[in-house]
Amino acid sequence: MRAGQVKPAAALLLLLLLAAAPAGAVEPSEMLPDPALEARARTISREIRCLVCQNENIDDSGAELAADLRRLVRERLTAGDSDRQVRDFLVARYGDYVLLRPPVEPRTWLLWFGPPALLALAGLGLLWQWRRRRAAAPPPPLDAGERQALDRLLQDEAGAGRG
Amino acid sequence: MIPELGHFALVLAFLLAIAQSILPLVGAARRDPRLMATARPAAEGQMLFIALAFAALTWSFVTSDFSVAVVAHNSHSTKPLLYQIAGVWGNHEGSLLLWVSILAVFGLSVAWFGGNLPPPLKARVLAVQGMIAVGFIAFMLFASNPFARLLPAPPDGEGLNPILQDPGLAMHPPMLYLGYVGFSMAFSFAVAALIEGKVDAAWARWVRPWTLAAWVALTLGIALGSHWAYYTLGWGGWWYWDPVENASLMPWLSGTALLHSAIVVEKRDALKSWTILLAIATFALSLIGTFLVRSGVLTSVHSFAVDPARGMFILGLLVATIGGSLTLFAIRAPTLQGGGLFAPISREGGLVLNNLLLAVACATVLGGTLYPLLLDLIGGGTVSVGAPYFDRTFGPLMALLAVALPVGPMLAWKRGDLAGALGRLWAALLAAAAAFAIGWWIRGGPLPALCGLALGGWLLVGSLVELVERLRPGRGLGQAWQRARSLPRAAYGMTLAHAGLAVAILGITGASAWKGEVIRIMHPGESVSLAGVDYRFDGVEPAVGANYRVERGRFTASRDGRTIAVLTPERRFYPVQQQTTTGAALHTTLLNDLYAVLGEPDGKGGWTVRIYDQPLVPLLWIGFLIMALGGVVSLSDRRLRVGAPQRARRAAALPAAAPP
Amino acid sequence: MSRPAPMSPLARRLLYLLPVLAFAALAAWLALALRPDRDPSLLPSAMIGKPAPAFDLPALLPERPGVSSQDLKGKVVLLNFFASWCVPCRAEQPVLMRIAAEEKLPIYGIAYKDKPEAARAFLAELGNPFGRLAVDESGRTAIDFGLYGVPETYVIDKTGVIRFRHVGPLDPETLARTVLPLVAELGK
Repeated sequence: MRAGQVKPAAALLLLLLLAAAPAGAVEPSEMLPDPALEARARTISREIRCLVCQNENIDDSGAELAADLRRLVRERLTAGDSDRQVRDFLVARYGDYVLLRPPVEPRTWLLWFGPPALLALAGLGLLWQWRRRRAAAPPPPLDAGERQALDRLLQDEAGAGRG
Repeated sequence: MIPELGHFALVLAFLLAIAQSILPLVGAARRDPRLMATARPAAEGQMLFIALAFAALTWSFVTSDFSVAVVAHNSHSTKPLLYQIAGVWGNHEGSLLLWVSILAVFGLSVAWFGGNLPPPLKARVLAVQGMIAVGFIAFMLFASNPFARLLPAPPDGEGLNPILQDPGLAMHPPMLYLGYVGFSMAFSFAVAALIEGKVDAAWARWVRPWTLAAWVALTLGIALGSHWAYYTLGWGGWWYWDPVENASLMPWLSGTALLHSAIVVEKRDALKSWTILLAIATFALSLIGTFLVRSGVLTSVHSFAVDPARGMFILGLLVATIGGSLTLFAIRAPTLQGGGLFAPISREGGLVLNNLLLAVACATVLGGTLYPLLLDLIGGGTVSVGAPYFDRTFGPLMALLAVALPVGPMLAWKRGDLAGALGRLWAALLAAAAAFAIGWWIRGGPLPALCGLALGGWLLVGSLVELVERLRPGRGLGQAWQRARSLPRAAYGMTLAHAGLAVAILGITGASAWKGEVIRIMHPGESVSLAGVDYRFDGVEPAVGANYRVERGRFTASRDGRTIAVLTPERRFYPVQQQTTTGAALHTTLLNDLYAVLGEPDGKGGWTVRIYDQPLVPLLWIGFLIMALGGVVSLSDRRLRVGAPQRARRAAALPAAAPP
Repeated sequence: MSRPAPMSPLARRLLYLLPVLAFAALAAWLALALRPDRDPSLLPSAMIGKPAPAFDLPALLPERPGVSSQDLKGKVVLLNFFASWCVPCRAEQPVLMRIAAEEKLPIYGIAYKDKPEAARAFLAELGNPFGRLAVDESGRTAIDFGLYGVPETYVIDKTGVIRFRHVGPLDPETLARTVLPLVAELGK
């Protein structure tokens, strides 16, 4: 490739467009000047549910309520709240439904501990079943040498019996 | 007139399906060849009439016949032809017709190409297919008639949601349905085997091509949907753990497990009951998915119109098919003779581990999806279960699977040598370390992402090691080449599929960890920099499309002064729906995506601009494609080709009166 | 071929029954979920039993005073969030008018993200049942109530505690069956 030439060796130029109603996420006007706070806001927003959308978080959603909630999160962070306090603030008003990561409490123990418990139980069950089978399995069949030895023994016994 | 003909054809298909459900079944029970032979013409007739019905509906859409209700609700005269056709299945009733059409195609394939199936099995399989058809056609005739008229006919339709006017998305439902309905074949085979009381290696051999075909289609369907979301929704996400996405993932997980456990049935005559259960479960999950989309019990972006009455009907279908087959399972499966014993450390053991992890993963997705609903019903309040949950539960399970994957095929059947296998995988370990090091050198972290790279390297090279070992290069290249040519295609298919997964893992790692973004208001002429690439905003120009108006932005991307791409994201306004959509422009290279989105104007000459840098993301799609390719290659394996070699052998064996 | 050791036959049968039993439970649950009165998009309020948040919103129109949390105390109040741009809000206005005329129940309104001229036109067309009427331009007070859309109607008791929330237009049936009895109860 000579210098100055357009480069794409394995490049595909895709121009694809399409529809989504508002495809917006954070607007430049919402963003906080402090990058660390803004990063925290983004992280928290990704775990907050947009209540008027179908299964989106407020960071991804273009809905007006999502924008309001994004602004609210940033306000609380600027006021000095910790991440947990911001979440609690929202939960106080909207309930646990607003959290996309369900809290770990007795009513969600099955949800959180189910998968590893299921894995462990099933694994143990399989091992136990294998042990059982192996214990009750008949001994492996005799090979040629063993069969000869058995025949000889039986012959000897028969001979001894007659004698 | 044509819609009425279509409706009539549907009724005829319904009657034929009833016949197909009953006669061959009775024939198989009585070993009556004439009754069993009714299956084939019934399947042919069903295909004919369903095809006519589908053609009639397509005609109504293409000619914009707004006296047909579904056309009026979902189409518009200005819609391009491709989307008028895609509109046929872009709604509840039409998608059911597509479902049933694919069902008929599969049934016909068994009738025509299932020459080497023993007649009773074939008759039973077709009978079960017929029963499924009866259920779905009944649903259409009694609760979701695609040919219902809307009188007086409106002058024009309500149009198709602009979101759905996309070529990739037009193909997404047919691909998915090929998958869901394809798994109905495995289901039919399983039920037929339960009725017969026999599951053996031959059965596993017959089931495999259908399951593989369905799996390939479902893989592609999911990939299409995911890719569409990626370039449409404007910020590079590709999976949202939305209930209906989950509904397609669950049969995929279960289907993958089925593919693998069928191998054990075939090779070692073991895991029979489990495989039967998986075949039933995979189709059950397809049906549960159908239920979730159409009944309204869960909110989802994908939901068709909410209608609890329809939900009840589908639930009834579910109870009949799944309840019936599981009851049959409870009764008959215990009589299936178990097969060979094997040590936990063995190839069978590896496949059992594969199944264990996939089954738990599938259960996790099902549990997570339904938990909010179930908790609410017992008065436990409302919770949301979203991506943060699945990332923490599903992710680790898949990671475990990826770690174990290369080891399994290296183990011998019955009793394997783990230390030996791991030792032979030294190249894969090296690759893992190398990937980790490269990632650390280029990016420096975070640790989970570096581990993701290592995982991808481990799996990729591990899959190749297994293939290379089979060729026994130690004995000379000539011999190795000979072996390579005579190796069954299924071996290459496996390597491709596993390697594809590895590549996808690399893509997922990049997408999750290293996405860069710039969001700001830009004026024409301004430049912004991201990940070493400069983006100059050249301005926005208006244009007109088929059924929309456009504002087209232009960005010139350059690196070190050299132009590498021109990106033209668009904002489209669809006057019929009064909706504005925002689309992304992408520049895709092998290892990176440059991604630009034009947002709203600020009224003062500036525009909100979002630019993303997505490293490794193209590998995600490439990985999916390689996986699907692996499935196709496996399908082309001669041993699986239904009919050809067996027929030749049978012709030769006829004088000896060999049993079928 | 070695035969597997038999589990006790009963245990074996039970194991094979598990799938169908599990499915039956799931199907029953899903059938329950299909009850026609269940709407998955309706969210129960997290503020029931909690005091109404502190707020003081300016009057929307000169004809009516604004609303503050202090005004909610001392009597049972119906607090209605609406907007002139909200289509379902039009459907409930007649019901609110009837309450204003027939019941001795004060209704206070908060216009959510609305403009005075548009709201005035809305009320001129459909009637003004509100004893007090304020505007929440930023929507922050609404968020403090846990609002996620309009219209929403709250029943607030004498001590200013939120007792009930109805999402969507207030229909005569909910009014008669739930709201009015609750108000009567709280008024004692």
